[in-house]
Amino acid sequence: MAKIIVVTSGKGGVGKTTTSASFATGLAARGKRTVVIDFDVGLRNLDLIMGCERRVVFDFVNVIQGEANLRQALIKDKQNDKLCILAASQTRDKDALSQDGVERVLNELAKDFDYIVCDSPAGIERGAHLAMYFADEALVVTNPEVSSVRDSDRVLGLLASKTRLTELGNGRVKEHLVLTRYNPQRVEKGEMLSVQDVQDILAVPLLGVIPESQSVLTSSNSGSPVILDQTNDAGVAYDDLVARFLGEDRPHRFLDVQKKGFLSKLFGG
Amino acid sequence: MDWFGWFKSKNVPTANTARDRLMMVVAIQRDQDGRRNATGEASAVSYLPQLREELLSVVRKYVLVPDSAVQVNLQRESGLEVLEMNITLPERED
Ligand SMILES: Nc1ncnc2c1ncn2[C@@H]1O[C@H](COP(=O)(O)OP(=O)(O)OP(=O)(O)O)[C@@H](O)[C@H]1O
Ligand SMILES: [Mg+2]
Repeated sequence: MAKIIVVTSGKGGVGKTTTSASFATGLAARGKRTVVIDFDVGLRNLDLIMGCERRVVFDFVNVIQGEANLRQALIKDKQNDKLCILAASQTRDKDALSQDGVERVLNELAKDFDYIVCDSPAGIERGAHLAMYFADEALVVTNPEVSSVRDSDRVLGLLASKTRLTELGNGRVKEHLVLTRYNPQRVEKGEMLSVQDVQDILAVPLLGVIPESQSVLTSSNSGSPVILDQTNDAGVAYDDLVARFLGEDRPHRFLDVQKKGFLSKLFGG
Repeated sequence: MDWFGWFKSKNVPTANTARDRLMMVVAIQRDQDGRRNATGEASAVSYLPQLREELLSVVRKYVLVPDSAVQVNLQRESGLEVLEMNITLPERED
């Protein structure tokens, strides 16, 4: 049975697409057949982060509306043939996604994939609703900042009530907290909410903490998910996150200020 | 201008303030959605707005005060919950 995982947040710009791209890439790197779907109709971006923007011919809405079949619309990742991307449509029609249509596409994908990752748009409107509706599990992406935490809590409320699992009384969506753009220096100075604070407030099991990192920008510049760069903290943190998701026991890293050694202090490393 | 104070004030640790404010809004939010709060109990701060209303009406039995005269605030400090209430009486005209 394929597992459907929504990457959601309520608030915009907190790192959903960055997380979806790295998460899907990490699952595929571990041999899982994975497809990642961009639900952000009108604001397609996942293709850029995954580096496949020039190979988008058909999109999610084309498939839903029967203008193309899945085989035509799925884009195979260049480096890993276990990974596929389904791009969002650039249409301005907000109602282009229908619940029936989304369900049909997900059912068809479930036959060929182990994991279906849904990159949700911001907000709590139709696109965000449909991205979470069929989910089995949810990565709730949160920044250590008041509005993001509050919005995440709103989304947790929706996950607990407005999803297929809960509506049919078949259990509930398994929630995971992903704290991104974490800056231990600022936490140490008391300027930023700590991991513990956010966990206390949201009371959701922590899947991973992704540090604020410049390599997220450089990776997006070149269209290569940051998890593929294992020389930097954010990439390593995403790799830990995927391992943890698949049941490995990995301690959390990058939570504290890394004390600089004598030499790196001297040379400003 | 107090430049020293100005520079200093830019670095006040505000994370605790953020935490307390969020605890409050999230508890109210969860209460409104009929959800459980972080500890799985019915929310402890959800009664605050009503407590404030009732205090206000009691005070008004004796003094005429504006709505803003009664302030209640829940603070958490190192695991301790402190309920702080402020009642501001109007200035006496004598
Ligand atoms: N760990 C991080 N360190 C530094 N920058 C980051 C990090 N994660 C995300 N960003 C940056 O934050 C911005 C928003 O990221 P992203 O597009 O993934 O967010 P989003 O939640 O998908 O946004 P939207 O709500 O618009 O879909 C991007 O510029 C990205 O480079
Ligand atoms: Mg996005």
